[in-house]
Amino acid sequence: MPGLEDLYREIILDHYRSPRNRGELPAPPATRVEGFNPLCGDEIVIFLTVANGIVEDIRIGGQGCSISQSSASMMSAAVKDKTFDEVLRLTNAFKAMMSIHVGGDEHTDAPPDADVKLGDLEALRGVVKFPVRIKCATLSWNTLAQAIDEATATKDP
Amino acid sequence: MSDGLDVAAVKADFPILDREVHGGRLIYLDSANTSQKPRAVLDAMAHYYANSNANVHRGTYLIAEEATNALEGARAKVARFIGAPASREVVFTKNATESLNLVAKAWGRAHLRAGDVVVLTELEHHANIVPWHQLHDELGIELRWLPITADGHLDLTDLDQIVAGAKVVSFAATSNVLGTMLPVRRLVDAAHHAGAIAVVDASQHVPHAATNVAAWGADFVAFTGHKMLGPTGIGVLWGTSEILEATPPFLSGGEMILNVTKEGFTTNEIPWKFEAGTPPIAEAVGLGAAVDYLEGLGMDAVREHEVSLTGYALRTLAERFGDDICVHGPADESERGGVMSFTFKDLHPHDLTQVFDQHGVCVRAGHHCAKPLMRVLGVAATARASLYVYNDEADVDALADAIAAAAEFFSFSGPPR
Repeated sequence: MPGLEDLYREIILDHYRSPRNRGELPAPPATRVEGFNPLCGDEIVIFLTVANGIVEDIRIGGQGCSISQSSASMMSAAVKDKTFDEVLRLTNAFKAMMSIHVGGDEHTDAPPDADVKLGDLEALRGVVKFPVRIKCATLSWNTLAQAIDEATATKDP
Repeated sequence: MSDGLDVAAVKADFPILDREVHGGRLIYLDSANTSQKPRAVLDAMAHYYANSNANVHRGTYLIAEEATNALEGARAKVARFIGAPASREVVFTKNATESLNLVAKAWGRAHLRAGDVVVLTELEHHANIVPWHQLHDELGIELRWLPITADGHLDLTDLDQIVAGAKVVSFAATSNVLGTMLPVRRLVDAAHHAGAIAVVDASQHVPHAATNVAAWGADFVAFTGHKMLGPTGIGVLWGTSEILEATPPFLSGGEMILNVTKEGFTTNEIPWKFEAGTPPIAEAVGLGAAVDYLEGLGMDAVREHEVSLTGYALRTLAERFGDDICVHGPADESERGGVMSFTFKDLHPHDLTQVFDQHGVCVRAGHHCAKPLMRVLGVAATARASLYVYNDEADVDALADAIAAAAEFFSFSGPPR
């Protein structure tokens, strides 16, 4: 039986306590996108600026549990200055860790992208043992994908 | 016991309370979400399937007659339980949500026009909000909201002005988040004085206190079976004979017709014109058994027990946690049901209840399908413990211990922010 320490790793609580990139960016020019977890009412707001296919800056607002907030904090640190392609590969690797396989048959275990280093995000691996909390961990990632879509749609009509 | 309920004996009637979770006792504090079921309900449903299962209102053989009598007998029990003047005023639905949708979509579409006003309160469940939003989009009706006060009561200051000219006033008898018990009769009278119909969402009231729909004087009353010791899959809409006659069918097909030709159809009498298709027969039998069980306890004793235990819980939480805990809603237990929504320090409710689960304590975390109320309260989510007939002081103590364990776990790991 998974215990609380499988879920609440110290690094998760550190990001919850001292979230990185917390705040707002003036929108516009930044893109502002809200994400909701209808299950528990958590709300996340992502402010994003992009340039030349790269995540230039990102800020996180909203409120949520330690899992959703720490996931958003770690994500913001991991995607800054990364190309969209790198962000996508990171997102897919993170979702694969959450047992969500993107862009294929979810019943076949697609081999993980060996080049992708999850770093601190590895701490969230225990979430998969608490299926209800997977949506908490993925909320910010889904919202980021939407934000990149909207940012690129406005930049390149 | 200080009240008229032998809780040890009641607990023994609920098989699920014997099971272990995470190596300990199951402490179920989520009855506002769904209640547990006594053996009498489980046995009645199993007995029906093992002995009398047949479709209703059509067979000419013995067990079909037994099944019909079982369904209609359950309807009569529910009618008596809520003080309905006639059994035919009791419509079986799937749940309270369907009951409220029936009111909005069947009565509302037939009787409301663009610009008509529907009055709701800020403490409604989404089930009493979203169907009216849909009518706003579809017909152009307007919504007005009765506000709540800082201590979780309904603010009646401008009641008459807010309901003036309205066609519908629809409200919860008891809040599923705050536990607040609303002044139903006063709201019904204000609605009728304004020329509006009064719709009562009694989902959190019927299971917990004696209910008399005739004394309320309402036009429609909706509630569900699974929160009152009955099974899932059956709800109730009570309406006066007059308003049910004036309401067109909601769903259509078999059972709800008198005659069908290639050219059209004529509807069955109430309540059957609202019960298209094979109804939830076994579930009705289970609900009837739940009514018998609650009547055996006595609804006054049920209410007295909940007031007493809610008072104990409010005092215990205040004594052990002081200002670290914030319990929303009325401070006086005599003005509320056994629903306690709370926040604890900076801990997110989802993190709190995750720790509770390790201690076998079942408590809901989230917005409780009442997001407009959450916004008024200025929180995104709360933890909600809710009490019922099988809960006792030891369960409340277990909740307090679990809160203390969560506080310790998160402080050991470093206090969030």
